[in-house]
Amino acid sequence: MSYFIQQLLNALQLGSIYALIALGYTMVYGVLGLINFAHGDIFMAGAFFGFFTAYLLKLPLIPTLILSMLLASALGIMIERIAYRPLRKAPRMSLIITALGISLFLENFTRATLGGQPRSFPKLLEIQDFTFLGASVTNLQVVIILVSIFLMLVLRYIVQNTMIGKAMRAVSDNKEVLALMGISLDTVIMVTFGLGSALAATAGILVGLAYPVIDPYMGITVGWKAFIAAVLGGIGLINGALVGGFILGFIEIFAAALLPSTYRDGIAFTILIIVLLLKPTGLLGRPVIKKV
Amino acid sequence: MKIIKSIAFWTVILALGILVEMLGRFEYINPYVIQVLELIGINIILVSSLNIINGFLGEFAIGHAGFMATGAYLSAICTVKFHMPFALGFLAAGLLSGLIAYLIGVPAFKTFGDYLAVITLGFNMIIVNLLNNLEYVGAARGMVGLPKSTNFIWVFCATILTLIIFRNIIFSNYGRIWTAIRENTLAAEMMGINVVRSKMVAFAIAGCFAGLAGALWGHMLQYINPSSFTYLKSTDMLTMLYLGGVGSLTGSVLGAVLMTGLLEILRDLGVWRMVIGPVILVLIMLTKPLGLFGSRELKIVQPKSDREEVQKYVSHAGRKHNNEL
Amino acid sequence: MSLMQVENITMNFDGLRAVQNFNLDLQEGELIGLIGPNGAGKTTVFNILTGVYIPSQGTVTFAGENITKHAPWQINRSGIARTFQNIRLFDNMTVLDNIKVAMNYQMKYKMFSAVLRTPKYRQEESMVLKESLEMLQLFNLVEKYNFLAKNLSYGEQRRLEIARALTTKPRLLLLDEPAAGMNAKESEELMHLISWIHKKFNLTILLIEHHMPVVMGICQRIKVLDFGQTIAEGTPDEIKNNPKVIEAYLGEEVDH
Repeated sequence: MSYFIQQLLNALQLGSIYALIALGYTMVYGVLGLINFAHGDIFMAGAFFGFFTAYLLKLPLIPTLILSMLLASALGIMIERIAYRPLRKAPRMSLIITALGISLFLENFTRATLGGQPRSFPKLLEIQDFTFLGASVTNLQVVIILVSIFLMLVLRYIVQNTMIGKAMRAVSDNKEVLALMGISLDTVIMVTFGLGSALAATAGILVGLAYPVIDPYMGITVGWKAFIAAVLGGIGLINGALVGGFILGFIEIFAAALLPSTYRDGIAFTILIIVLLLKPTGLLGRPVIKKV
Repeated sequence: MKIIKSIAFWTVILALGILVEMLGRFEYINPYVIQVLELIGINIILVSSLNIINGFLGEFAIGHAGFMATGAYLSAICTVKFHMPFALGFLAAGLLSGLIAYLIGVPAFKTFGDYLAVITLGFNMIIVNLLNNLEYVGAARGMVGLPKSTNFIWVFCATILTLIIFRNIIFSNYGRIWTAIRENTLAAEMMGINVVRSKMVAFAIAGCFAGLAGALWGHMLQYINPSSFTYLKSTDMLTMLYLGGVGSLTGSVLGAVLMTGLLEILRDLGVWRMVIGPVILVLIMLTKPLGLFGSRELKIVQPKSDREEVQKYVSHAGRKHNNEL
Repeated sequence: MSLMQVENITMNFDGLRAVQNFNLDLQEGELIGLIGPNGAGKTTVFNILTGVYIPSQGTVTFAGENITKHAPWQINRSGIARTFQNIRLFDNMTVLDNIKVAMNYQMKYKMFSAVLRTPKYRQEESMVLKESLEMLQLFNLVEKYNFLAKNLSYGEQRRLEIARALTTKPRLLLLDEPAAGMNAKESEELMHLISWIHKKFNLTILLIEHHMPVVMGICQRIKVLDFGQTIAEGTPDEIKNNPKVIEAYLGEEVDH
């Protein structure tokens, strides 16, 4: 039982990180129809922003988190501005390839400037163990899960209740409404990239605290996993990203208990392909009607 | 007359290939240069096969390194474990990779849009993951001691043959069907085209040639390991493809030559070399979203006979306008 | 002789009933119009007849064969071709290649022949080239054989789309609002073209049209749809004076 609870917490921790990143993928897909391949690298950049704010400015956890979120937002918005916006009317493939190029650029640029070796992330939290229902838990795990849930609720509030959130949904569902709301498409897209990048930066710092090393290529695997999570739940759907993130977290943790951990990535992708076969629009997605 | 001309043309081409091979053997050309030339040829095969899917068929596959990996590993198993001649391993690599690509087409084309990208990438990841876990092929360490079977003339002939085969397919009923699917899938279906089947055939061909290229690559370097075939390799191919031009064989050749050449020239830059590739890719996309060559082809690639025949018909028919309309 | 029977077709999308109990009996050689205001379900009927949608209920029989669940490509091969309301050409292919694609399954050579350019390949390709040029000639498009389809004028694009559909050698041709976006003179020319094709190719034609005058001029029989239901059927004269039809269209006029 205690083993089970232990694993459950691990799964929640991993799932909430996937979910945080998956939200960014799904929101950008919702407004632009773009698989933003560079999103995983924003996650990495966020971790490095956190690393430097904590080391150089010696800030504690919360200010580090906030500052990194802001920096990552700026980076996300800048990328959209420079690389994606000029291509909004170009063939979609060109846009996706550009995203791929940006992704590689961020990885290799970080490696070229900061070096490829892993760096240990500063301890922003005094780790304490305590027992919960017989399972040993760290305060870090609790923090990761709570911070993620808090940010998801904030995002939910923004999307459901604010003007800009309504505009974001309008872009996905019905473009005509947007014109009536008096908010420009550019603004909506900017906010989307900003929010998504901030969430990814948070995930980056949480991963940095938990594992506790970061490196320029950390965004690749985690980024793809988060993307799988988004597709699993139904890409373009905010709830889908959450559901997908947690499901993937659970599957990975429990599969690792049964199979050698080296099979983890393979399993994640196998599940993805099975889901796409059975329900191509994801678990929460609705079937698409062909328009002729 | 035409036949004599084309025989002469191909003899010169072949002679050039043999000349370079000989110069290499007697070390008039630096072995390093020879290897770069071989690499260019292999990349041309990879990129033009990827172009069949991404350029002509208009789908979006991003896991081409997966097929390259199956080809490289199968051919290595043939030569290293079973001591078969390279030619056999080479053919087996093409067949298996083509077959796998065909089978992947089954799930891939039941879905639509970006999900194909996801499935091909997933396949790439799963293959690398499997290879990393299979002791038989050395797991993460990979396989060593592959015979040095790939030489310049092998690559040269394979590249030229690939290009001829692709050209002939593209300018045939098959290629027209693929392009029609790319341009308007529903209209293509209403022309009696079995879209799923056609896509699977295209996929199989692309996979087959990627496998062949993998076999050449492995037997050029003489060692292979799973980390050479990750999605980074796939993105390298995409970079070359989109640099040269989507939907153009000329573009594929150009992209492979430019990118491979450039990376070798910039070898001294070390890590920064890996920054330049992506920057070039993004700049190309921003200025020329379809790549340097777009979907145009050089005249030499286009079939000639059609043009003459049509001209004859048009000049003859021009006079009898259909007045009933 | 009856060529196509459509029996009791109903189509639901997410609870919305797009077409309800639609029936149609097409005789070989007929030219029939299907009219109705916007959103009446006309295009949905076409999509069902061509296999794009599988109806929630009902059957479609063509030349004695039940084709209700066939895919669009199978339906085309059994002898039905169509055009689309928003022209769907292969934009970045040449005019000639657009027609050649339509002959794809009349070519029997395999990939092996294509690669080696065998005599079989050459012979079939030159047959296709000749027939394609003849088709273009009929539609006065042969001079533009090397234009990309997207560079043709609107009227030429319509003609090419119809020519391309005819190249698949259909027995039944479905035209979806061919006069959409045309002025009065152009639609008149189009009507002329349609009745010319009807005679020349010995076809059965089912024509969707929003603008009544086009249909009235050439169709032998007309069916009127509104809100997914058939509200009237008969000769052009009968339709013209049917109060239900006038009512359905009146609602429209107010919007304009």
